[in-house]
Amino acid sequence: MENQLTNLLAPYMGQKGVTIQVLQKVQEELGYLPREAIDEIARSLRIPPSEIFGVISFYSQFRTTPRGKHIVRVCRGTACHVRGGGAVLDQIKRELNIEENETTPDLEYTIETVACIGACALAPAMVIDEDTFGQMTPGKIPNLFVAQKQGEGQDA
Amino acid sequence: MPDHENPSEQSDGKRSILICQALGCLSSHSDRIQTAIEAEISQLELADSVNVKLTGCPGLCQEGPIVLIEPEGTFYARVKPEDAPDIAQSMLPDGQVVERLLYHGDDGQPIRNYADIPYYVKQQHIVLRNCGHINPEEIDDYIAVSGYEALKKVLADMAPEQVVEEVTKSGIRGRGGAGFPAGRKWAEARKSTKEPKYVICNADEGDPGAFMDRSTLESDPHTVIEGMIIAGYAIGSDTGYIYVRAEYPLAIKRLKIALKQAEGRGLLGDNILGSGFSFTLQIREGAGAFVCGEASALMYSIEGKRGMPRVKPPRSVESGLWGLPTSLNNVKTFASVPVIILRGADWYAGIGTPNSTGTAVFALTGKIVNSGLIEVPMGMTLREIIFDIGGGLIGGKEFKAVQTGGPSGGCLPASALDLPVDFDSLNEAGSIMGSGGMVVVDEDTCMVDLARYFLEFTQEESCGKCVPCRIGTELVLEILDRITNGEGKPGDIELLEEYGDVIAKGSLCGLGKSAPNPVLSTIKYFRDEYEAHINEKRCPAGACRALTSFYINPEACRACMLCFESCPVEAVDGWLRTIHIVLQEKCIKCGSCYDVCPSLYNAIVKVPVIEVPQPPMPGTKVPRKKRSKC
Repeated sequence: MENQLTNLLAPYMGQKGVTIQVLQKVQEELGYLPREAIDEIARSLRIPPSEIFGVISFYSQFRTTPRGKHIVRVCRGTACHVRGGGAVLDQIKRELNIEENETTPDLEYTIETVACIGACALAPAMVIDEDTFGQMTPGKIPNLFVAQKQGEGQDA
Repeated sequence: MPDHENPSEQSDGKRSILICQALGCLSSHSDRIQTAIEAEISQLELADSVNVKLTGCPGLCQEGPIVLIEPEGTFYARVKPEDAPDIAQSMLPDGQVVERLLYHGDDGQPIRNYADIPYYVKQQHIVLRNCGHINPEEIDDYIAVSGYEALKKVLADMAPEQVVEEVTKSGIRGRGGAGFPAGRKWAEARKSTKEPKYVICNADEGDPGAFMDRSTLESDPHTVIEGMIIAGYAIGSDTGYIYVRAEYPLAIKRLKIALKQAEGRGLLGDNILGSGFSFTLQIREGAGAFVCGEASALMYSIEGKRGMPRVKPPRSVESGLWGLPTSLNNVKTFASVPVIILRGADWYAGIGTPNSTGTAVFALTGKIVNSGLIEVPMGMTLREIIFDIGGGLIGGKEFKAVQTGGPSGGCLPASALDLPVDFDSLNEAGSIMGSGGMVVVDEDTCMVDLARYFLEFTQEESCGKCVPCRIGTELVLEILDRITNGEGKPGDIELLEEYGDVIAKGSLCGLGKSAPNPVLSTIKYFRDEYEAHINEKRCPAGACRALTSFYINPEACRACMLCFESCPVEAVDGWLRTIHIVLQEKCIKCGSCYDVCPSLYNAIVKVPVIEVPQPPMPGTKVPRKKRSKC
């Protein structure tokens, strides 16, 4: 861990106000923020780990547990809400058999919600990894995941 | 005709095929359309006379992916990669317009020029002037439409005080929502004697249902950068930050490209254009906290801390980032500055209403025909915006309310439709201008549920620093949860009003102060809906799932199987020629069946849970004369 992070942290040493940028960088690299990484960041930036925990727990972007291979983000914006986004989210939960912010036991999918992805004209919208899917209905969900899994089989 | 120039009419005399690649169209894979068209154009050997380029958002997202042909202004809607050969053919000297791809008006007639589409006719583009017309990833495109001319003018001919004076005279009020006069903010930041000073662009657009800032950054990042450099010169600052939500990766990518290009041209950095003035810009990505849209919280976040607002005064123009004078403005404010400088304060002040000059940008969404981004002069009525530009409600349903200002705003009913939209009139009516989200709802939306939705949002996003907001929003949400679950009690409405008053008066920052707005405005205009939930355990809109069931009217059902196939949980029983039945114990009330039932039959109805009629026996056949053909 130490070695992995040393290069990453080097450009930020001695700078003020970089905690959030450093955490973003480390999370991008490791996928989440494990305890050891937090200690290492604290040592490098000379900030108490408690303060870093404070920042991590404040911002919803930061995670201290690993996530699935695919991130399913369901938009909970107003436009999505009035066009039935809640029912779409419920159906995804049923389909994957997990709740919000949980990961399937096989570490394939994590469900997250996002305040608004800004694709309101496509409401209700959702995103799997980088792909945006618009005008969703609960009925479209089962097929979507079947297609997703098949698509992966073809890539392999 | 909308008052916007045709920026793509470039001097090289080439015609252009412009392909929107802002988030909306890109999610429909408009990048593949570009690849396909490029291939066709080179095959037809048209590359010398035709430019193919990506652009930002022309606004009418509902009709995306959008392709524009300029200089003619031909507007192609819902384009697919398969349409590439036809579009390329149309660019031949004797090519014909591809009629089937044109936008069709209400009368079914194709409209050839985008400026004649009703959606655009009443708009006036200042902030969005280049959106959809230039390639946001090419600085030369921006320069070709007078880009950075305002900066040159300012550096060569104007003293910083004159710039502040010009912005003040234009009357522009901050486009982030609160509407503080931008010129006054700049003047105060300039007056402050502490150094260094900072310029911050607030692009932490967090309101659900709003995407004006995202679209502007994705479509025309240079105009925001130019506005910020001018602000730096005006207040005497050499450092700026753009604080963008991490949820906007495309905007961040294009901003980074734009910054690099501007640095390469000597428009950013030391001694800009030989004027002796230096200015650097950095991007800071947010980390997922709505409250960071509040100025003081945003500055703490840039400092790497928890983004919690502080008590004011001192205001940030005296003590902002790192305790130093800081002028923070919204994306749209900065985007307006170059135009104000080039065309003059008097021109700008002549648009809109006396106290709210200029234009307003809205993200028009919800149950509306033309979802998308619009820009109109201040003072236009809600009716013109929703019906003339927005095209009215989907399926011709009845207008019920419009929500402006997101979680800080309120809901306005049909009686407010003739209200002219500006900062003051919306405030008086119990809503706010906000940063520009405008969500239209119809009879199927429950106003209590909508208020509950917003309170759930603010409760979750409350930073927890002050008690009225932290505990107050929790208490209000608890009551709204009960009411929408059919457990409301007499006296709940009065309690909501009381709590709302305390939260509004006692909270530290704008998030808390405005949090009760959605509740108070819906009580004000839709009190009967609250009463129906509480007293009759009935949701008039049929939206609250705990109070509503779906029922198939056996008289109307033609056993067409559409609802049977759409149900994700097999809660519809029936078969061909057999009347369908909703199995209430299995039904999750997702509404899929309701949405697919052909309007010709309208067999599926929403009924209060307590009044679900007895369905027919399973296996009951559709009477022969009524049998469906499909």
